[in-house]
Amino acid sequence: MTTATVSRWDRFRESFFWYSFKRDKVAIVSFAVLLLMVLAAVFAPLLAPADPYDLAQINIMNSELPPVGMSGADPAFPLGTDAQGRDLLSTILYGTRVSLMIGFGAVILQAFLGILFGLLAGYLGGKVDAILMRIADVQLSFSTLMVAIIVGAVFKASFGNLMFGEIAIYMLIFIIGVAEWPQIARTVRASVLAEKKKEYVDAAKVMGFGTRRIMFRHILPNTLSPIFVIATVQIANAIISEAALSFLGLGMPETQPSLGSLIKSGFDYIQSGSWWITLIPGLVLVVLVLVINLLGDWLRDVMNPRLYKG
Amino acid sequence: MLAFLVQRISQAFLVMFVISVIAFAIQDGLGDPLQEMVGMSVSEEEREAIREELGLNDPMVVQYLRFAGNALQGDLGNSYFYSKPTLEVIAEHLPATLELVIGASLIIVFLSVPIGVYAAIRPQAWLSKFFMGVSTVGISIPVFLTAIVLIQLFSIGVTVNWFPSDTGWGQWLNDFFTTEGGLPSYGRGDELTHLFGTWESGFFTGTGLMHLVLPSVSLASIMLPLFIRLIRAEMMEVLQSDYIRYARAKGLSAGRINFLHALKNTMLPVITVGGVQIGIMVAYTILTETVFQWPGVGLMFLEAITRSDIPLIVAYLMVVGLIFVVTNTLVDLIYGLVNPTVKLTGKKA
Repeated sequence: MTTATVSRWDRFRESFFWYSFKRDKVAIVSFAVLLLMVLAAVFAPLLAPADPYDLAQINIMNSELPPVGMSGADPAFPLGTDAQGRDLLSTILYGTRVSLMIGFGAVILQAFLGILFGLLAGYLGGKVDAILMRIADVQLSFSTLMVAIIVGAVFKASFGNLMFGEIAIYMLIFIIGVAEWPQIARTVRASVLAEKKKEYVDAAKVMGFGTRRIMFRHILPNTLSPIFVIATVQIANAIISEAALSFLGLGMPETQPSLGSLIKSGFDYIQSGSWWITLIPGLVLVVLVLVINLLGDWLRDVMNPRLYKG
Repeated sequence: MLAFLVQRISQAFLVMFVISVIAFAIQDGLGDPLQEMVGMSVSEEEREAIREELGLNDPMVVQYLRFAGNALQGDLGNSYFYSKPTLEVIAEHLPATLELVIGASLIIVFLSVPIGVYAAIRPQAWLSKFFMGVSTVGISIPVFLTAIVLIQLFSIGVTVNWFPSDTGWGQWLNDFFTTEGGLPSYGRGDELTHLFGTWESGFFTGTGLMHLVLPSVSLASIMLPLFIRLIRAEMMEVLQSDYIRYARAKGLSAGRINFLHALKNTMLPVITVGGVQIGIMVAYTILTETVFQWPGVGLMFLEAITRSDIPLIVAYLMVVGLIFVVTNTLVDLIYGLVNPTVKLTGKKA
């Protein structure tokens, strides 16, 4: 067991993947920043000075305190406080957690739908392909954000404000996952079309394997690298979509804020000069999305077989 | 060509049909017209009678056909909040959104073409690298955040004198930003010119234009990086092609090659992608209009959601759906016209 892990580690260290990562400063910095943010979000309950969900810890007298370094700041609140008197640093840590959860959750859902439909469309072809890809075309032409806004609006109208707030996190994963599946389905379909002409698929057919086995055990593993690339970019897109929906009031409630709803609640106070409530979470959001996008760009360069193999 | 035309148009009708079914399902599932029409004191028998009279007990298909028939005649019901036909409400709000989209499109066209072309011709220049870096960062900034930052910088809270105050224009700009409140960030201003019908334009007055600046720049900011990257990628590909090499070998001037021969072939895919992107901008108008309280259809839609104004939500869906379908079909048809090699099946993949 130990030898197997060691050899796998050695193989990884000698791979092109690791080699190009070591040589790319942007990738290293992006990865480090992302890792830091993910860890901070995961361990938010341990790191945060206060619990923003706990109403007992909030004092309204502390509302709208500026960050340290400005006049009137309280050192107990390093990034200042929001309009309800919550410590902004803690709220941002918890908010990043919510944003990341929705981002990853939505991408897992859209990867599931996209891989399933992409495989079916690409491998079976014919009517299945025509119908699935037409749906994908129409959905994409409407722009995924528009679809998400409409689905969100319908859900909010049918569940009511309070109910929607309670299950918002699952709703958002569902809405963004369903709105964005065509992106992944198209990528999968394109690589399945290329893979299914290859000899190993013919060989598997000759050996009498069933369609399902060929699709999932033989073709799917060979289409994973483009899926990996697009899934990375899609996490960034999902986080932006979530922020947009929350900003419109169709997302996370203020009692359980994500980065988007923090920006929204801060925006109401920007005219009174309290810019930090909205701009600091905004900065965190931009950095988070930017590093994921940069990693996605790097992954695309590494995994693009045309560039790699010559 | 005729087959392509027929196929594209029939597909557009199919999509419109699906949208109308979805819209009908929303109206049917969410809206209870009875609740809006009668009070609590009406008895159950009376309710049943009204229901029968309104045709709410008819089979689904009959109800849908009635809904579709009314929609085709331009009747999408009355808005609960405005108490007038929903299409009238949308017509009142549409000009504001259109002007916002026009403003943003102008910014995109006049900035993305020169920057994209420059970045393609001189890919190694530091200015090109700067533009490409900025566009990577730009893609990662959500449109509402750009809008908020613009408001913070140009509309409120600027107390720093950025411009040299010893010159006349510098002093004027400093005064403008610090004491006169900077650029407006709320609504369309009160000096609008009446054009025709419900169209009140902000394009012809100073304040109207001033109010357009920040919203248009915000809306443009989300599309600009995409267009710069697209134009650059297309232009670089064209510059590699044989006919450009031939033109160089023939000794044509660089300007003539770049701007006459290469740019022409670059713009074809850009225009078709651009057509679709401008349709997608409608989704971003909702965000932009929310930040700037811009009285367009996006803000109207969002208010309709908070007010549970179901008929207005449904009407917005139908109108926006129609705009999407029409732009996409037109873009496809134009692409088919200018590029005859496009496959008749019209598959994009």
